[in-house]
Amino acid sequence: MSTQDMNNPFKGALDFDKEKEVEKISNGIKAALRDRVKRRGLVVAVSGGIDSSVSLALSVEALGVNKVYALLLPERDSSGETGDRGLELVKHFGVEYEEKNIASTLEAIGCYSERDAAIKRVIPSYNDEWKSKIVITGGLDGQFNHFLLVAKAPDGTMHEESLRLKEYMQIVAATNFKQRIRKTLEYYHADRLNYAVVGTPNRLEYDQGFFVKNGDGSADIKPIAHLYKTQVYAMAEHLGLPESIRNAPPTTDTYSLSQSQEEFYFALPYQKMDVALWALNHGVKAEDLAVELGVTPEQAEYVYKDIEAKRKTTASLHLKPQLMEQVKEIQV
Amino acid sequence: MAIREELRDYVLDNYLFTDDQSKLKDDDSFLETGILDSNGVMEVIFFLEDEYGVAVAQEEMVPENLDSISRIVSFVEAKNG
Repeated sequence: MSTQDMNNPFKGALDFDKEKEVEKISNGIKAALRDRVKRRGLVVAVSGGIDSSVSLALSVEALGVNKVYALLLPERDSSGETGDRGLELVKHFGVEYEEKNIASTLEAIGCYSERDAAIKRVIPSYNDEWKSKIVITGGLDGQFNHFLLVAKAPDGTMHEESLRLKEYMQIVAATNFKQRIRKTLEYYHADRLNYAVVGTPNRLEYDQGFFVKNGDGSADIKPIAHLYKTQVYAMAEHLGLPESIRNAPPTTDTYSLSQSQEEFYFALPYQKMDVALWALNHGVKAEDLAVELGVTPEQAEYVYKDIEAKRKTTASLHLKPQLMEQVKEIQV
Repeated sequence: MAIREELRDYVLDNYLFTDDQSKLKDDDSFLETGILDSNGVMEVIFFLEDEYGVAVAQEEMVPENLDSISRIVSFVEAKNG
């Protein structure tokens, strides 16, 4: 897959033959549906981000436009821009789609009220007119990862507070309703159409557990889980995705204040995280990674440790339900 | 009860589901042995804050202070002067 230089282990590390990769994924999708999943099409929830867009494109590539159903599922905190890009994408491919705003469902189930109750324990004057996000910190400095609440008051004043675990966990748990309600709708349409559901994590997200169990982590197939994010962008270009999607910065589109993925979860921007993950996977020494990333050897070591810590912390997200005794007749 | 014993009981009860003291050594690294992951460490910090009123500053959230019973006890004792 790569054309590496012996003197520079990073040279060409993430290069790959995109045409061959499209063919491999396309064949893999068809084989999975035919031989194991036993469904005749695919449901893809499209956020307007690069991963779901490339997943949609690959689904269309594999099965044709008539066997793919797209969903646009915005809620109160979604940015209008991501919605516009999602719409542009489904129109670009001409796939059948439905747009459904899930805000009222989320409101009914307590997503916003439970989240805001936790935020108010940290910032008592917080209300509906404020915007907020969670920011991760510590991993790059050798500290345990911990979290800050960043909130913007209606008058534009920014507030930043350390989050205690209890509040952090409640905010995240409430916010996870978003991914889980979306998945419920994806499976409704999959059941209705006898289709399978596509999960859209890239390798960085899959490896580092950047997904919600039984939310966006739930799927029948995950066609790009082996591709580094840099490679997903390369695929987007190769597959001719609209420029607006290819040029948009990655965002979680989950909190009301604009939030990059590295603010919320990853220690570094995705380009550097890709390089670090690749380097760790290929046994590259931290000092060589440091040179490539332009950080100190100590920081490179912390990045490695952070990757390994996240793998450990999120390992259970990948687990199937644990049985107390093997049911030998059921082999999957 | 001294902090060492309370902490030991907390970790044994909540993460190892046992009261068998031999299952946890004071110098066992939580992370290396897999007894706790980083979320578990955050819960221990929460426990320290709640039970002992120890405020753990951002820069103090490092394995050197928090990655074993012994390290936590030393850290808390140093904080309390």
